[in-house]
Amino acid sequence: MGPIYLDNNATTQCDPRVIEAMMPYFTEQFGNPSSMHSFGNKVGLAVKKARAQVQTLIGAEHDSEVIFTSCGTESDSTAILSALRAQPERKEIITSAVEHPAVLSLAEHLEKEGYTVHRVGVDGKGRIDLDDYRSKLSANVAVASFMWANNETGTIFPVEHMAELAHEAGVMFHTDAVQAVGKLPIDLASTKIDMLSLSGHKLHAPKGIGVLYLKRSTRFRPLLRGGHQERGRRAGTENVPAIVGLGLAAELALEHMAFENTTVRRMRDQLQAGILAQVPNAFATGDVDSRLPNTANIAFEYIEGEAILLLLNKDGIAASSGSACTSGSLEPSHVMRAMGIPYTAAHGTVRFSLSRHTRDCEIERVIQVVPPIVARLRKLSPYWAGDKPLAEPDKAFAPSYA
Amino acid sequence: MWDYSEKVKEHFYNPRNAGPLDGANGIGDVGSISCGDALRLMLKVDPDSERILDAHFQTFGCGSAIASSSALTEIVKGMTLDEALGVSNQDIADYLDGLPPEKMHCSVMGREALQAAVANYRGETWSDDHEEGALVCKCFAIDAVLIEDTIRANQLSTVEDVTNYTKAGGGCAACHEGIEEILARVLAERGESFDPTAKATPAPAMGNLARIRKIEQTIEQIRPTLQRDRGDIELIDVDGNKIFVSLKGACSGCQMEAVTLGGVQQKLIEALGEFVKVVPVGAHAHARDGACATEA
Repeated sequence: MGPIYLDNNATTQCDPRVIEAMMPYFTEQFGNPSSMHSFGNKVGLAVKKARAQVQTLIGAEHDSEVIFTSCGTESDSTAILSALRAQPERKEIITSAVEHPAVLSLAEHLEKEGYTVHRVGVDGKGRIDLDDYRSKLSANVAVASFMWANNETGTIFPVEHMAELAHEAGVMFHTDAVQAVGKLPIDLASTKIDMLSLSGHKLHAPKGIGVLYLKRSTRFRPLLRGGHQERGRRAGTENVPAIVGLGLAAELALEHMAFENTTVRRMRDQLQAGILAQVPNAFATGDVDSRLPNTANIAFEYIEGEAILLLLNKDGIAASSGSACTSGSLEPSHVMRAMGIPYTAAHGTVRFSLSRHTRDCEIERVIQVVPPIVARLRKLSPYWAGDKPLAEPDKAFAPSYA
Repeated sequence: MWDYSEKVKEHFYNPRNAGPLDGANGIGDVGSISCGDALRLMLKVDPDSERILDAHFQTFGCGSAIASSSALTEIVKGMTLDEALGVSNQDIADYLDGLPPEKMHCSVMGREALQAAVANYRGETWSDDHEEGALVCKCFAIDAVLIEDTIRANQLSTVEDVTNYTKAGGGCAACHEGIEEILARVLAERGESFDPTAKATPAPAMGNLARIRKIEQTIEQIRPTLQRDRGDIELIDVDGNKIFVSLKGACSGCQMEAVTLGGVQQKLIEALGEFVKVVPVGAHAHARDGACATEA
């Protein structure tokens, strides 16, 4: 069996049909879509088609609401900075404690520039504190920005409802939907969501292409000014091959939406159940009743995530971890900490994220491989003895410093 | 993915001396589960000769923490306690053919466990005086706590000062924003504000002669290690922050040449307290690229 890729929340394999659709735009269809001649014209039509394909996937009312950017991060930055520049009298933003760094680092930076950032917390299952959110909405808030689905646990936030609440309070609403688009049905026309970010490489399109959805008549200030591309809202010559690729990927994602929510979901459930049935002191993190169909995040107590990943990798299985060591920082994932996952488990979380390319035989193999890896690392752990953790690990292991 | 050496991977996949040790009479526990790594080193020491007869470990941690623990037990077996106390974290890293800068703390933890285990055997209490913060400078593995403490202790006020005293920021320079933030915070504590145009306080300058002597001395200290592997190193010239050396014998053209040069450069930087670049001269000057790679 070849390598098994269960890290689709990090990035996905570009669909071969997508690559095929892109190829002509590197060769004979090299024109600039802004040009007046036929070289440009055909390319311009291809961009128009891709825009419509994305529009359909996210259920936007108008194709002009789709702005192509270079990535999800650019879309996030554009949205949040636009809200602040368009409403300079508003000096606050609301977000959650579990956002992707694309939003959290920006928020932290804005704090240094004098803005007030409200970070709404989550409960032990990663569910947003809606009362706290409501209490922070005011005329001082420029934008509320909440992820649609969490990249680590897959937990879904009720962003449609939250956008309604923001709208009632006169606050703009942005959602980082990088993990949700292509996995959950989305119909933006029927929501009050003002801005949405998506990223191509999370849905089998290439890296280097993203979209900012901007609801018509939402006040907007561009991040990049220059040429008239994207109606002057995102200057810079279009990345045509990637735009064409994203268009087709959006169409394919829509075709596979039911498959994702039935077959992929079933395989994910089997994977989680198969592992938890065999491994003691392990549990699924996040809101297992409301999460992405492709994601299972499992915490293995008393062992460390990077060590698990290295052994999985040796067996040809790719996953990811929220452990401190995988990022080179000293703290485990901010998402695990926000959920109050104890340190005994937070360092040992492993995220398995599937895609429509995942096969049943692969899931079976992972279920076989994981338990012995966990057992092997626990055998090395000073917190573990025999087949269970030490009764009082804090006392049994008493370092002269901590 | 981390760029782990084959030796790190080998020690992680097949750790030596793992698990509890019966009859251990020196036990050192360091780290904690909240920090993400914890190590218990168990030594069986012969009371007459103070020689380490056996060493085992138990580790909660990442791949390099487990590999460092495994390497440590292999290094100290057969040593006397005093010899073992001479083992530095760099020795552990060198034994593993190097560790990524983000992972150097794993080797530090190994050395601390060793000190704790020896103290435990001797009935002494060992306390750690080293607190670790978030990694700021990835080129030289310098963390925020060290930078803050150094700024306070020496009343530093510029990024250049920080680089002169700690090496942080002396490589790729990507961490200068982070260093500026720390400076701004610490300067605010003493009622000053950070001025990016301020001139660096001149570093405690070493005279030219003292500096060259120090370089010679450091290289002399390294030579026995290389000679053991039938290699050698010679100082050719010093020009500003460039130190030209020639690798001889088995070292010359050895696949590990770049690693060796990186180690020599690190030792020289530590001895001189300034950033220097070690440049090989002679037939194998191409290894220069390798030496640079260790700094970025």
